[in-house]
Amino acid sequence: MKELILKVKNLNVKLNGEEIIRDLSFEVKKGDVLTILGPNGAGKTVLLKTLLGILPYQGEIFWKPKIKIGYVPQRLPFIKDIPLNVKEFFELKGISKKKTKEILNLVGFKKDFLNKKIGDLSSGQFQRILIAWALSKDPDVLLFDEPTTGIDIAGQKTIYYLLKELKEKRNLTIFLVTHDLSVVYKFSNFVICLNKCPLCQGPPKEILSPGVLEKLYGHEVKFYQHHKH
Amino acid sequence: MEIQFFLSLICGVFIGGIAGFLGTLMLSKRMALVAGPLGHLTLPGVALALIYGFDVSLGAFPFVILGIILIWLFEIKTKLPMEALTAIVFAFGVATAFLFLPVEKAESALVGDITKVSLSEVIITIISCLLVFFLVKKVYSKMILINISEDLAKAEGINVKKYNFLYLFCIAIVVALGVKMVGGLLTAALVAIPAASSRNLSKNLFQYTLLATIFGIISSVLGILLFKITSLPAGPLIIIVSSLIFLISTIFKR
Repeated sequence: MKELILKVKNLNVKLNGEEIIRDLSFEVKKGDVLTILGPNGAGKTVLLKTLLGILPYQGEIFWKPKIKIGYVPQRLPFIKDIPLNVKEFFELKGISKKKTKEILNLVGFKKDFLNKKIGDLSSGQFQRILIAWALSKDPDVLLFDEPTTGIDIAGQKTIYYLLKELKEKRNLTIFLVTHDLSVVYKFSNFVICLNKCPLCQGPPKEILSPGVLEKLYGHEVKFYQHHKH
Repeated sequence: MEIQFFLSLICGVFIGGIAGFLGTLMLSKRMALVAGPLGHLTLPGVALALIYGFDVSLGAFPFVILGIILIWLFEIKTKLPMEALTAIVFAFGVATAFLFLPVEKAESALVGDITKVSLSEVIITIISCLLVFFLVKKVYSKMILINISEDLAKAEGINVKKYNFLYLFCIAIVVALGVKMVGGLLTAALVAIPAASSRNLSKNLFQYTLLATIFGIISSVLGILLFKITSLPAGPLIIIVSSLIFLISTIFKR
């Protein structure tokens, strides 16, 4: 029996009066790779933020006591407006130069990247820097929002192999938000399908039937067609 | 006479430097222009100070604070965009000031005058600047993280509201000091231009803050020296020097 990392019971999230997540319950065990799957606007990012404690909610969220969480947000559009090099970005959360070098090495930066300006990085490089940043305080859990938005296919593969490797090396539990189905089959052992209300959850091969997928993504299509008429 | 000139220079060095330093945070938060309306709405306080002959910054400070509180309250109450509310509050400030501001004092109110500062004003200025400097230095990393992403900052356990409050408090002091040097009209330039010039030239955060501070100081010193030579008003000269530095920085932009 693996150790329980997170237990969520009857979670409800409302933002500005609109119901975003309704009656969601699930459990996550140590070493799980949980994927949160769903169309745009389904509440995936909201769920991650709620788990992080950033948003108000009703219901119960129990993290294992003293757990450390690393968060990789979806986009950071404003960071390129600030002249900031890689070393300084890590200093913002008090990480030493030595530790920064170590962690950069871990995510595959062999050369000296410390003095590179963040604004000069490619999106793939920046994503790896963000992963390193999230890992720099040695978290037990990594929360990862749309890891590969805006990254080319080769870069996407690198990111997922990196995640897989890191998971094994560091015994991480990983939460992924994505709408990329191939990722789910390859890397994940547990899926939550979300479209405001939870549609299904379980191991990907058991639950991701055509019927479920249509229910998950089909809603959006029908809604769209309805509006066209 | 020479002592007076020396006092003005000291004032200029401190206010110019701190405005440049704080400006780097305001620019990265896309708030560089906020100092403009805030500077305008201090005008009733400035007018009172000029009429009764006390420190212009002391007159300005309560009005900046009042303005920030009003904008904040109106936003909660009306949900109108912040910029619209700022416009309303600052226009009200300007309009009120001109009801009782004597014409012969209008120039110092609008474009500032630090060429007649007293010793006590200089001491208050230095103490306020040092206070703001240490506050800004203390909150700087956290504020940059908040500027990059509030969610990321919250996930790191940073109390975003507390830091935003400290940051606004620093802005209020710097605006009150800036009004004394360059007047209600030009305060935004005092914080925005050195930071913008510095961003053109900086590869990292350290250079960004250092250069902005230096540019702020150089602009003030040269502006006051030019006043000494030409007898034109010092406030506008400071801003013109600052703008020239910006122009030069665009040539060398990285």
